[in-house]
Amino acid sequence: MKKISTPYLLLLPGFAFLLTFFVFPILSLAQVSTATPVSGGDIDDFEQTFRFRNYLEAFLDSREHFGRSIVYALLATLIALLISYPLAYALAFKSGKYKNLLLVLVVAPFFTSFLLRTVAWKQILGEEGFVVPPLRSLGLISESTTLTSTAGAVILGMAYNFLPFMTLPLYASIDRIDPRTLEASGDLYANGFTTFRKVTLPLSMPGVVAGTLLTFIPAAGDYVNAELLGGPNNSMIGNVIQTRFLIPDYPTTSALSFMLMAAILIIVTVYIRRAGTDEVV
Amino acid sequence: MANSPKSQALSQEARAILNSKFSRRALVAGAGALGGAALLTSCGSGGDDAASTSGSIRWGNWPLYLDYNDETQLYPTLEAFTAATGIAAEYYEDYNDNDEFFGKVQAQLKLKQDIGYDIVSPTDWMAARWIRLGYTHKFDKANIPNAGNILDTLASPSFDPTRDYSMTWQGIMGGFGWNTEKVPGGVRTLDDLFAPANKGKIVVLSEMRDTIGIILRSRGVDLQTVTEDQFMSAVEFLEQKVSDGWIRGVKGNEYAEDLKSGDAIAVIGWSGDMFILKNDYDGKFDFAIPESGGTISGDNLVIPYTATAEAKASAEKLINWYYDPAIAAEVAAYVNYVTPVKGAQAEMEKIDPALAASEFIFPTEKTMANLSVFRSLTPTEETSWSEAFLKASGI
Repeated sequence: MKKISTPYLLLLPGFAFLLTFFVFPILSLAQVSTATPVSGGDIDDFEQTFRFRNYLEAFLDSREHFGRSIVYALLATLIALLISYPLAYALAFKSGKYKNLLLVLVVAPFFTSFLLRTVAWKQILGEEGFVVPPLRSLGLISESTTLTSTAGAVILGMAYNFLPFMTLPLYASIDRIDPRTLEASGDLYANGFTTFRKVTLPLSMPGVVAGTLLTFIPAAGDYVNAELLGGPNNSMIGNVIQTRFLIPDYPTTSALSFMLMAAILIIVTVYIRRAGTDEVV
Repeated sequence: MANSPKSQALSQEARAILNSKFSRRALVAGAGALGGAALLTSCGSGGDDAASTSGSIRWGNWPLYLDYNDETQLYPTLEAFTAATGIAAEYYEDYNDNDEFFGKVQAQLKLKQDIGYDIVSPTDWMAARWIRLGYTHKFDKANIPNAGNILDTLASPSFDPTRDYSMTWQGIMGGFGWNTEKVPGGVRTLDDLFAPANKGKIVVLSEMRDTIGIILRSRGVDLQTVTEDQFMSAVEFLEQKVSDGWIRGVKGNEYAEDLKSGDAIAVIGWSGDMFILKNDYDGKFDFAIPESGGTISGDNLVIPYTATAEAKASAEKLINWYYDPAIAAEVAAYVNYVTPVKGAQAEMEKIDPALAASEFIFPTEKTMANLSVFRSLTPTEETSWSEAFLKASGI
């Protein structure tokens, strides 16, 4: 036997992990996704019949939820980007000796549970929370307008919950920009906006791509925000998968999971190609 | 060692625990959203008499479904059970929704692996499914001499005619609940529920048989003979109300949270929860059985067939314990649901005469006549009907 080279040995743990916890579950998921209920069997009996129509039916039944998930996730990502970019810029260039403290503050809310923070928003935006009664007495919203159980609440909840995933990669890439490139741009008579457009933004693109992906992917599959902050008309694909899984309707949920995975993969691939930052990801 | 608790002869220790004061209905619907596991154990009561310990048992039940003492943070009747029998009990309030719980344990049940519970409390239709699938142990009735105390009306349900696999834990009435400040006129009909002032602040139960059952009864449909067409037409009604923005949520136990936070002002809800809310908030909430009729169902104690022989025997003793009229009355005084045990009303007289007169704990025949049970569904119906219901609720 020849000597096994070290790199392969080093790969072994990671490879074994992925095989056990990614490849096998995915194969099992694929197998269940084309199964059908046993005729005359009970509620939890399924058999493999290679029925690929499951995918079409699951998609037709839930296309609204798919559309909603993609739109909500895109909007949440956009909001998170608009909030995070100035924040990350200020952290990198303007925070001086407070930089570390401010970085801790960005992450600090996330030391508490994701669920609890979302429940807190439900209470803040609720009928007897801090926001609705003052707005009502000022006449800004009507008696029947509510803030929770709306698409807006779900989107804002996701933007809030995934904010650090946007801020931290952005900060990391903006922080790497050499300030002298900005000075050079100024010396060449570029104004602030042109400097941003021609120097800062292109140099921070790796952070933008990484941040938007880290926000968009979990947001598209999220169900907690829709469950707690949304109403029955704001259910996302994650809610459908979670609820149908418990019926139990394993074939439909497996098919939906695969389609969600495929949809995200396609969107992400196109996005990375367009953004032209293959070397980052 | 006293292995068989007798109703007449509770041990000294058990009596002492039961007689200690506890504020009933104190802790209301505080269970976490999304089925957060509120793990509350009441095991090993100090261990001053380790020799008397004879086994242990793990019980999964719905939140706020057992008398609880806020000060000691213990469950008095369960403590007394441990004191009387030496069986330690771990109590988990993590049964939040029938489908959710079934989904969680189904795979293990199918593979005959331990699910982590020796006794659980599914609602009638779900208990029927467990029994049908063979997921429950058959009781050894010798361990449950009190089984004869079950109310005649509950003694032979279609899913378990001789009560060999399940015993009712509590009966639940489905009806209307409302916030008396926001809905001063109350809610007694479906039109009251969908009054324009309530738009967007209505929550209905995710328990299909209660929500659709009440809609069906408002149309004069008999729940014992409901057909697919009648069911689907009621589902369409709900779907329309959801898409028109009348309904803020289709939820399980969490509807109580929405009432408290003001997010919901009128609901289709469950009797016991509503009475706890009414009591804790000095009449800010109220409950009524719809004029056109409400629903009634039961939650059942069943022993998963994955329980060991020893745990099974302990679970049977636990069932026997709670079918003692005095103990049943203690529980009913706290949970306010319909008690399934004969003789509990007389025992309740000693605890609280007002509660002994409560129509909602001890319904009279007149009240019972206005409540009906949803018929059992075939597996095919169960799948397609609940699918239609889920779709209507936005899933």
